[in-house]
Amino acid sequence: MAESGTPDFSNWSCPLPLVGYPNIVMGHGGGGKLGNELVEHLFLPAFRNPALENLGDAAVFELGPGKLAMSTDSFVVQPLFFPGGSIGALAVNGTVNDLAVSGAEPKYLSASFILEEGFPLAQLAAVVNAMAEAAATAGVRIVTGDTKVVERGHGDGCYINTAGVGMLRPGVNVGPHRAQAGDMVLISGTIGDHGMAIMSVREGLEFESQIRSDCAALNGMIAEVLDAAGEAVHAMRDPTRGGLASTLNEIATSSNVGIEIDETSLPVRPEVQSACELLGLDPVYVANEGKAVFFVAPEAADQVLRVLRAHPLGREAACIGQVTSQHKRMLVERTSIGGNRVIPTQIGEQLPRIC
Amino acid sequence: MKYLTEFRNGEIAQRMAREIALVATRPWKIMEVCGGQTHSIIRNGIDQMLPAGIEMVHGPGCPVCVTPLELIDKALAIAAQPGVIFCSFGDMLRVPGTDADLFQIKGAGGDVRVVYSPLDAVELAAKNPDRQVVFFGVGFETTAPANAMSVHLAKRRGLKNFSLLVSHVLVPPAIEAIMSSPGNKVQAFLAAGHVCSVMGYWKYPPLAEKYGIPIVVTGFEPLDLLDGIRRAVVQLEAGKHEVENAYARVVTFDGNRAAQNLLAEVFEVTDRAWRGIGVIPKSGWRLNDAYREFDAEERFQISGIHTEESPLCHSGDVLRGAIKPAECPAFGKECSPRHPLGATMVSSEGACAAYFNYGRFLSSEELASAGAALSGAAHG
Repeated sequence: MAESGTPDFSNWSCPLPLVGYPNIVMGHGGGGKLGNELVEHLFLPAFRNPALENLGDAAVFELGPGKLAMSTDSFVVQPLFFPGGSIGALAVNGTVNDLAVSGAEPKYLSASFILEEGFPLAQLAAVVNAMAEAAATAGVRIVTGDTKVVERGHGDGCYINTAGVGMLRPGVNVGPHRAQAGDMVLISGTIGDHGMAIMSVREGLEFESQIRSDCAALNGMIAEVLDAAGEAVHAMRDPTRGGLASTLNEIATSSNVGIEIDETSLPVRPEVQSACELLGLDPVYVANEGKAVFFVAPEAADQVLRVLRAHPLGREAACIGQVTSQHKRMLVERTSIGGNRVIPTQIGEQLPRIC
Repeated sequence: MKYLTEFRNGEIAQRMAREIALVATRPWKIMEVCGGQTHSIIRNGIDQMLPAGIEMVHGPGCPVCVTPLELIDKALAIAAQPGVIFCSFGDMLRVPGTDADLFQIKGAGGDVRVVYSPLDAVELAAKNPDRQVVFFGVGFETTAPANAMSVHLAKRRGLKNFSLLVSHVLVPPAIEAIMSSPGNKVQAFLAAGHVCSVMGYWKYPPLAEKYGIPIVVTGFEPLDLLDGIRRAVVQLEAGKHEVENAYARVVTFDGNRAAQNLLAEVFEVTDRAWRGIGVIPKSGWRLNDAYREFDAEERFQISGIHTEESPLCHSGDVLRGAIKPAECPAFGKECSPRHPLGATMVSSEGACAAYFNYGRFLSSEELASAGAALSGAAHG
């Protein structure tokens, strides 16, 4: 298995030593001294910010006038560390992205940990460090949290829930129900990277070039798109579980429109395509953690594409199709050899435990 | 990567489709035997590119689909036993037995695991000496060598806790059964390329001769399939019935001798029931006497199984090519991939699932209008 699948602690420096135990014990979730030590020696130094520092039962902060957006997500990915990311980075970026594609500017996050008895503290430190880094990159603050411990055998190391709030950007009106016939469908880059990165670690697949997760916070890139073409953007989504196919089907249903995409225009990395062929998977169903799909009025499509391609996370952005008033609530693909196929929503999970 | 793109070239595909249209003067019915080919035809929309008279009939070559219900029920009973690790390819987990599927057994506490190779199951057995590890070995001649290798290795390593629940089926007897069934409409066969990569195609000339049918060994990529169809149509139009190899980059006349030797060491030919079709004489393999101790049916002695198929399911007619999936009264109504009544609606290689998933309940006009707008739309 690839070396980079193992956690890297080299960047981690805890300002105070974690005392007592090398592994999580039941007492760490008991609300007593051990739990306080985790907060003081691990969470606080990593996430430090004024709202968190009060350590009250609730974080108190001010947000400007306007509408709030709120979202929550839980993370159970196995393995906890994988090429291109970790459960910590996913937990922050996942919630940040859900807010961003709703047209909000993400501001504050909560973080709840469910830890399994015996989970190494060094690994927890690495997870927390990854969260702190991701939060700093995304420009959000982790202002409140909680830790619970379950008996050995009743968890899988570490589960994380995050919730987040953000301010809705003024003048932006996006939603899965707003796609319109004629809209162009854009994607910010290659599909299937995250799911296949996880699968290649789990299945021990090795390719000439390693598949890395695309795990990233998209709020910066999305802000640039909205600054450039705010009102022309009708719908945005991050195609996570279920992949591009599920996202497009959801929007087709919510907006009561048909969607057509062109197989030859879908950006797929060769190593991801190869891995999918080997495992019998279709990249349109494989999860992404750092991609966004945009439904844009046709006259603004070229401009949005330029903005995306100028951003480091959108270099491989592409226009992949168009919305139509035909075949409502259905996603149809023109195949690479010129045939057509309907792409339905996936039944059940293609790959479990990927986020 | 080259092997992925060069056999999916859109321009060449369109040219080959035009060639077929030029050659064909009459309607012909051609059966692709293998479920992998069915999937590729539907997934790529190849059937829509053919001239109106050329009809692709989907054959019984989906191993998941033809595995008998009784064996599925046995698998469920074994997987539910404490102390058993039951390993299977992912496709089998959702195949409905009489009362449940393997997913439900797993949810109820059975240790059911998806593996990508039977050799992984052998490793599991070595690592868990206190557990019984069973691999559900279904499939045609293609998957048989790996399954044979698993028991071969288990025997050599002295593993007493590994066994194989075997339901192997064979292509040539199925072709015979279809050709000799009353009301058969199939006029030519695309033989399954991967089966032939193992077994060669030396068994086919007598079949082509006996039934007067062209048989073309065909691959799975869009251009492979179009080439296979083209060759079959050319023969039909010329009144010929020969065996051709359109998959020469993979298949030789003799096949893989090492694999065939291993198969002969481990398996013996047996009569086999095909789900939806019935018993076909000498159409399967089971473990022979030398390997009987690795037979899960012997080891677990499951009895008292009463199977019951859904009376609404017409998968047998679909598998024989007698009806198209969408002609089944239950298709898309009582039966869908979410609630499959028969195995053909489960596996990605099953004809019913392929039709449902790729929207083949739509009229061809609807699908064509769906694609028409695309030609000018997508850029970037």
